[in-house]
Amino acid sequence: MAVDTPSQSVAKAAGDGVTRGRSRGTGDNGGAVRRSLSTHWYAWAMVAPVVAVLGVIIGYPLVRGVYLSFTDANERNVARSIGVNEIPATYEFVGLDNYVDAVTGSQFLATLGWTVLWTVSCVAVTFGLGLALANVLNRRIAGRSLYRMLLILPWAVPGFVSVFAWRFLYDERRGMLNQILSGVGMDGIPWLNDPTWAKFSVIAVNVWLGIPFMMVALLGGLQSIPGELYEAAEMDGASAWQRFRHITMPGLRSVSTTVILLSTIWTFNMFPVIFLLTRGGPGEATQILVTQAYKFSFEISPRDFAQSSTWGVLILVLLMVFAAFYRRVLRKQGEVW
Amino acid sequence: MNAPVRNRRSPLASVGLHVTLIVTSVIAVFPVLWVLLTSLKPAKYATTTDFVKETTLENYTNLLNDTPFLTWFGNSLLVAGLTTVIGVFIAATTGYAVSRFRFPGKRGLMWTLLITQMFPVAVLIVPIYNIMGTMGLLNQPAGLVITYLTIAVPFCAWMMKGFFDTIPREIDESGYVDGLTPFGTFWRLILPLAKPGIAVTAFYSFITAWGEVAYASAFMVGDENLTLAGGLQKFVNQYGAQWGPMSAASVLIAIPAALVFLFAQRHLVTGMSAGAVKG
Repeated sequence: MAVDTPSQSVAKAAGDGVTRGRSRGTGDNGGAVRRSLSTHWYAWAMVAPVVAVLGVIIGYPLVRGVYLSFTDANERNVARSIGVNEIPATYEFVGLDNYVDAVTGSQFLATLGWTVLWTVSCVAVTFGLGLALANVLNRRIAGRSLYRMLLILPWAVPGFVSVFAWRFLYDERRGMLNQILSGVGMDGIPWLNDPTWAKFSVIAVNVWLGIPFMMVALLGGLQSIPGELYEAAEMDGASAWQRFRHITMPGLRSVSTTVILLSTIWTFNMFPVIFLLTRGGPGEATQILVTQAYKFSFEISPRDFAQSSTWGVLILVLLMVFAAFYRRVLRKQGEVW
Repeated sequence: MNAPVRNRRSPLASVGLHVTLIVTSVIAVFPVLWVLLTSLKPAKYATTTDFVKETTLENYTNLLNDTPFLTWFGNSLLVAGLTTVIGVFIAATTGYAVSRFRFPGKRGLMWTLLITQMFPVAVLIVPIYNIMGTMGLLNQPAGLVITYLTIAVPFCAWMMKGFFDTIPREIDESGYVDGLTPFGTFWRLILPLAKPGIAVTAFYSFITAWGEVAYASAFMVGDENLTLAGGLQKFVNQYGAQWGPMSAASVLIAIPAALVFLFAQRHLVTGMSAGAVKG
């Protein structure tokens, strides 16, 4: 990890103030150097625990994961102990083979395609509905706080509990949804057993899970837009759509860009929804990159650690490229981030 | 200009708004409510739609008596609690340092904290699994706590920075004037003011650890070692689902989380508005 450690020279920072924006005392130059030196000592001591944690339990595994992705490591050739016998690792360095396999094979690309579709649909629908609900809740309407409380309820329930609740509703023979359908004389729907319906179902659950956060964040953004703007626009005869287009949307820009970035990253890596609802099935229809990478190392035999790591590294690279690109676009539009 | 905008909303529009809100509220609440109702029904009615016929607590008594639910609950509590305490404790000083000081390496550290949030579970899970295996920490709460710190620490540090930013710098300066060291200022003046922020951060890391699925499913095996996320999966397998105990377990898992959530929501609001007033 690219964490700067306290080994760097302090001299180049000697001109920095003790705290940002603090007016400087009258001390002579030597005092300033001494003061900033002691301040840096404190700053470094205070960040040391986190730097240590990042280095030891994130940095080291990350480096190891990247290394494994260049090997043919699997369950049968890694170092392991059976009883009292220590069996040394016999896996070998294979260079870029895993990466070549991944990007030239059909499995990775197919999974990537669905992962992108899944991410885009989830984020777009969640954002659209969250924005609509935030707008409705931002009006003066009877029972507003009750509605708000009910709408954020899914947020208060642990995700895996909600996902099981949905599995219960989706159950093909005896689930609530199909019972309603048969109640009105329609055929039941194989919610989780048909590839297309399963895709629809997992997206629906993820949208349901994501709306409370989206709505609350956007509501906060809406409430920070001064009401005078709307009053002035209305005096000028702007229609509701024009007010939304020219006041609300620009006012929500910074909140929207942040929540869209966050929910894109979260959705791309959304493990529990897929894993607990469908385990990636039927077939591999709903398998996203993260759940497939997990499957490689924990569900198939022999466990394919190298392939799993390769996919993990590729996911990370994809997300970082996305974030950098997103940031660059925003910066071009004058957004400071 | 006293007439508010809403007075011009037509009755039809009002009805439309209420209908929209009622329908979405029902969709938001229904799955949770349905599980609650199911948990109170006798097992023979578990998958039927009539829920007023009979009410019983047998699902709960069966769950508590006949399954290792309490063990899982205890495991989750231990793991999530330790993760929270250690994570917040380690992250607090970093949040403060990043909020208040300029120092070489700060930029790199901030970026690292941010990028770490993007890490998919897939990139760390195999190496951590192997390391834990080598150290004999698989199937141990300690192993899971250490793993969860990879999620909690960057996140806590980032959140804490935000909260420290809302505390005016004049307070730090008054500390220096009174002869306190930077750490003394942090410990005696700033930390007490940041209590709402700590509460919210602690809540988020607790909930994250409480609801984590991937590491918990991969690292913990054997009934007595599972956490709740793994335990609940025991009730739903490919051979069918035991909805009775599962729904009762879901309710018992959700209730504390929801209570803590409501509590933290209030703190989140007061913490932020207090920051706004002071700043």
